[in-house]
Amino acid sequence: MAYSEKVIDHYTNPKNVGTLDKAKTNVGTGLVGAPECGDVMRLQIEVDEQSGLISDAKFKTFGCGSAIASSSLATEWLKGKTVDQALAIDNMDIVEELNLPPVKIHCSVLAEDAIKAAINDYRVKNGLPELVAEKKAH
Amino acid sequence: MKLELPIYLDNNATTPMDPRVLEAMLPYFTEKFGNAASRNHSFGWVAEEAVDYAREQVAKLINADPKEIIFTSGATEADNLAIKGVYEMYASKGNHIITCTTEHKAVLDTCKHIEKSGGEVTYLNVKEDGLIDLAELEKAITEKTILISIMYGNNETGVIQPIREISAIAKKNGILFFTDATQAVGKIPVDVLADGIDLMAFSGHKMYGPKGVGALYVRRKNPRVKVTSQMDGGGHERGMRSGTLNVPAIVGFGKACELCMNEMESEAKRLSIMRDRLESSLMELEETYVNGTPEHRLPHTANISFKYVEGEGLMMGFNKNIALSSGSACTSASLEPSYVLKALGLGDDLAHSSLRFGLGRFTTDEQIDFTIKAIKDTVIKLREMSPLWEMFKEGVDINAIEWAHH
Repeated sequence: MAYSEKVIDHYTNPKNVGTLDKAKTNVGTGLVGAPECGDVMRLQIEVDEQSGLISDAKFKTFGCGSAIASSSLATEWLKGKTVDQALAIDNMDIVEELNLPPVKIHCSVLAEDAIKAAINDYRVKNGLPELVAEKKAH
Repeated sequence: MKLELPIYLDNNATTPMDPRVLEAMLPYFTEKFGNAASRNHSFGWVAEEAVDYAREQVAKLINADPKEIIFTSGATEADNLAIKGVYEMYASKGNHIITCTTEHKAVLDTCKHIEKSGGEVTYLNVKEDGLIDLAELEKAITEKTILISIMYGNNETGVIQPIREISAIAKKNGILFFTDATQAVGKIPVDVLADGIDLMAFSGHKMYGPKGVGALYVRRKNPRVKVTSQMDGGGHERGMRSGTLNVPAIVGFGKACELCMNEMESEAKRLSIMRDRLESSLMELEETYVNGTPEHRLPHTANISFKYVEGEGLMMGFNKNIALSSGSACTSASLEPSYVLKALGLGDDLAHSSLRFGLGRFTTDEQIDFTIKAIKDTVIKLREMSPLWEMFKEGVDINAIEWAHH
């Protein structure tokens, strides 16, 4: 199976690999997937309390090239968005941007789940109710 | 010498054909095109003579009589012919077959077929080292057991089963012993007499011969073994496998066997030295595991898990330059990681993190050097990117986390 150029580019030069301080109240952490399934994504957002914008986003991913690329792309998209705007990111946007083949759609779903999990973590830390996400098939 | 890329290290999937094999084959496509079954003219005689010669070359490699070689389209067909053929031929004696969970799909799926048609099959588990437990084998034998089917060397791990011990158990109990020796023949000494093998499948393209040709060894003496043919037709191959013989491929297969016969000893030595160097260099990385016992292993195979990195992601780091295969599910059509590695007791995570190295006749030291560096660099890079690696380094127990399985 050939990878799209965008997947290869994200894999070769991943954006925003790293770790934010999960103890901070303005940092939300999402950890999704499972080692047994061959994919684990950890995605973190840091929210600027003044502006309400996501000022930083980092990821670490255990998985195939498409999983790495999906999370790398997600962090790029998150930066500069409000939390509400971030919630609107749909896995199909990632599929389209990276030209993921059908067998790799689950990578994009995982990235969307990671975004939602990070936002929920941020919300809970800041006294907001947890959002119940619609369940997408992996 | 300049290193040519990409490097081929997937010789357990298939081997490149040796140019000497191609040379031997070429005349049989054109001027020597006869049908080996044409008994009445010189075109047929020439072809028949070539097949007879190849049959001798093949038989010699495994210490068989040429009459005991049945040419097939490959090892899959030979596996089918052996198992289904014995099942049908010896139906009056029983309907039970014993095999093991790490067999090739050609054996496992054939056994599934047997089960559907009313037969009984016992699938022995393997131990952590990849070997079957001989006591378990003996325990599995019933009065209805007619065949034991255990592979010689495993295609994924290279683990070599205790063939002589297994055949002794089979003989003691009056049961036929079949082995799929596709990965072993031509790589290590295989002697059907000394090993006590009754039926054996092997293939041309795993030993630098052409694709589309293989053989089933069927013992003729002590005991005389027969299989029911699985294809009706002209009664070729002593009635066990009808169909016009693929003369050029058979000639190539014979030549490939002859080359293996002459070069196996030095080649095995050379490859095992290279393989061991590759393995020990990669094992310098932390949390790296060899799958399958190193004590009983084919000289050209290594299977290594790099914990906390995923196999497909790992391969993407170098697959432009190095051709390998992985036990990761992502590389196959199914979503399950390698059933062979799982049978060894590996967790799904380690199975997902495995690479299989298959060295071959044309593998060079320079290629191994390049591979070691490329893989080490990629593993290090991906671990820096892996949340699991970070947790491991922080002393977090990954097994204690409640993962959301999807």
